[in-house]
Amino acid sequence: MLQLKILFRNAFHNKLRSGLTILGITVAVLAFGLLRTVIGAWYAGVDAASASRLVTRNAISIIFPLPIAYNEKIRQIAGVKLVSYGNWFGGIYVNEKNFFPNFCVEPRTYMAIYPEFVLSPPEKKAFFSDRKGFVAGRKLAARFGWKIGDQVTLKGTIFPGNWDFVLRGIYRGRDQTVDETQFFFHWDYLNETMKRVSPGRAEQVGFYMITVARPDLAPDVALSVDRAFKNSLAETLTETEKAFNQGFIAMSGAIVTAIQMVSFVVILIIMAVVANTMAMTTRERIGDYAIMKTLGFGGGSIAVMIFGESLVIALTGCLTGMILTFPAAKAFGQALSNFFPIFIVSAETLWLDLLAAFLIAFFAAIIPARHAVRVGIAEGLRRIG
Amino acid sequence: MAIPLSYSMRNLWKRRLTTILTVSGMALVVFVFAAVLMMAAGLQKTLVETGSDDNVVVVRKGSTSEVMSGIDRRQASIVEMLPQVAIGGEGRRLVAKEVVVLIALPKRGAGNSNVVVRGVQEASIPLRPQVKLVAGRLFRMGSSEIIVGNSIAKGFTGVGLQGTLNWGMRKWTVVGIFDAGNTGFSSEIWGDVDQVMQAFRRPVYSSLIFKLNNPAAFPASKTAIETDPRLTLEAKQETRYYLDQSEMMAKFLRILGLSLTVIFSIGAIIGAMITMYSAVANRIGEIGTMRALGFRRRSILAAFLAESLLLGVIGGGTGLFFASFMQFITVSTVNFQTFSELAFKFTLTGRIVLQAMTFSLVMGFIGGMLPALRASRMKIVDALRAA
Repeated sequence: MLQLKILFRNAFHNKLRSGLTILGITVAVLAFGLLRTVIGAWYAGVDAASASRLVTRNAISIIFPLPIAYNEKIRQIAGVKLVSYGNWFGGIYVNEKNFFPNFCVEPRTYMAIYPEFVLSPPEKKAFFSDRKGFVAGRKLAARFGWKIGDQVTLKGTIFPGNWDFVLRGIYRGRDQTVDETQFFFHWDYLNETMKRVSPGRAEQVGFYMITVARPDLAPDVALSVDRAFKNSLAETLTETEKAFNQGFIAMSGAIVTAIQMVSFVVILIIMAVVANTMAMTTRERIGDYAIMKTLGFGGGSIAVMIFGESLVIALTGCLTGMILTFPAAKAFGQALSNFFPIFIVSAETLWLDLLAAFLIAFFAAIIPARHAVRVGIAEGLRRIG
Repeated sequence: MAIPLSYSMRNLWKRRLTTILTVSGMALVVFVFAAVLMMAAGLQKTLVETGSDDNVVVVRKGSTSEVMSGIDRRQASIVEMLPQVAIGGEGRRLVAKEVVVLIALPKRGAGNSNVVVRGVQEASIPLRPQVKLVAGRLFRMGSSEIIVGNSIAKGFTGVGLQGTLNWGMRKWTVVGIFDAGNTGFSSEIWGDVDQVMQAFRRPVYSSLIFKLNNPAAFPASKTAIETDPRLTLEAKQETRYYLDQSEMMAKFLRILGLSLTVIFSIGAIIGAMITMYSAVANRIGEIGTMRALGFRRRSILAAFLAESLLLGVIGGGTGLFFASFMQFITVSTVNFQTFSELAFKFTLTGRIVLQAMTFSLVMGFIGGMLPALRASRMKIVDALRAA
């Protein structure tokens, strides 16, 4: 108990210096927490993906379509429960800065495959029965102030022209890991228009979504789907939704790695700052240590004192930073909701924060502790001078 | 009279451990700052060098990249006959009708990535003087032969010389590797346009590139293309076209870099502040003596500020020194805007050096200001007594 008291007294002996150091650690832990959360947000799509859903797309690459005729063939494959299909539409709302994901899908099956998009029965019915209707996520509708019945026009980039839609429903996520910024409309609307304007591009879909009867059937079903279309003009590649989303992240892997590396650099920076503080503190207190040694304290207890002091400072800063991470992540998430629809501080991040604090405390105290343990009594006392 | 700079320098030397720790904190911040800016600059440089000023790219109206665009043969031949098109060696028009598609290829190390396959015509090669064959030979028109850019040959598996790729129910043989320097073409695969269109069942071209007979003729050709009621196309100068493609990524990198370094610099400034406060506290007696000798308050202020700025200079220099080694590293990632693979190098420009040094001086200044003020405000008697 007495030792703990000494640790705190020592740590806050020089209020200005410890205050500054704690502030520095707070900022570093805050930055570290936010960066980890950004990486988590990047992977949010992977975590939210279900293991019993498969995505089938053209084997050459995602930009090539598949014929709609595959729908019936996929449905016949054993183990397949539901099949839906759709296209990435890539429309722009007013201008390019207002980016949000927009897809055309076959609505009935798609909503059945994605139970996490919750839509009230009347809204669902209204959406299904209006070919020009669309549904938007809660956050997306709030962002542009859309209300049910509003007309919205998207400018097509892949499918040229201006496309008019009517908002028929606003979906909510089943829980907070569901992306509420998407925009869905009828595949039929796109297809009927393409038949008229450019018949060569009609009757095609960008991807098929499949649910399997049991998750353990997924690998077999994926193989049978791909085998069914082997040696055809449009060969398919089927993988679980998780692997599909992972593939997208792997493409921007260099950036994720960079952010990851940077999040460790901030810990290194603050380690240098804390080490500096500890070095100065022990240098000033070398006389005290000499007196303690004269009184009979061993080098071990002096080292414990220095490590303890370093730990008190690091943990105080770390806890403040952890508490501040939550409001900061909330503000950050709101500002960047277009890029990262899901922005949640994970428990893992908090554990890493704590681990970082311990590492900082430990490495910062090594050199000063070694110095204090080694210094001779006479030499230490002389310095008081 | 000013206190000599050597006083500040010797003080830093006297307390080496503290100086090294403070400087390394600052150096890390400057390193991150410079590295992110270098990445953005490298990306932009690569895409800008890809374009050439007197080339014009024609794509379908509203499409932001060649992959999304489509130009049918009738429209293409109208553009081909524009009077602004330059005439090449054998009296041929310098126009290339190209098709651009993305294919997924296995990347060395991890996963698949999207690679641009560009179907080109004979005129495409004189239009891109940066492209030079480094191994093998050029593909023969009318055959299933392809050549690959060196970034692709290095970064992906199965695309070396004599490697084969399968798509469109055909086997394609790699017969050559080309080097296009620091440009986007180094991350592409080229083949005969008619063969590529046939294999992918694409009846339309993606884009049309032509050389202007006179660089000043661009506005005239643009008006001719965009006002012709038979055409639904738009024309962009090639440099502009590629610059637009780098905009989103470069902006993302810059914003990321700036917000990160601002947060990080708080840590480094605090480090400098702690160091300088203790430098002042340890030297109260000295300050009193100097004041008694007749040095003015502002000389004391200047001496401590100089010490802190020196910390900044050393930190900035060290950070830049290590950041300059990043220039040997090539990053290969997907450009969000075109959704295709692009390799680029970290590039250190004079502007970045200047920005990084200014940044670290500012850190030193902010960190040193308060402690230096405290030192200069001390009363002579108090300072001498404290010693």
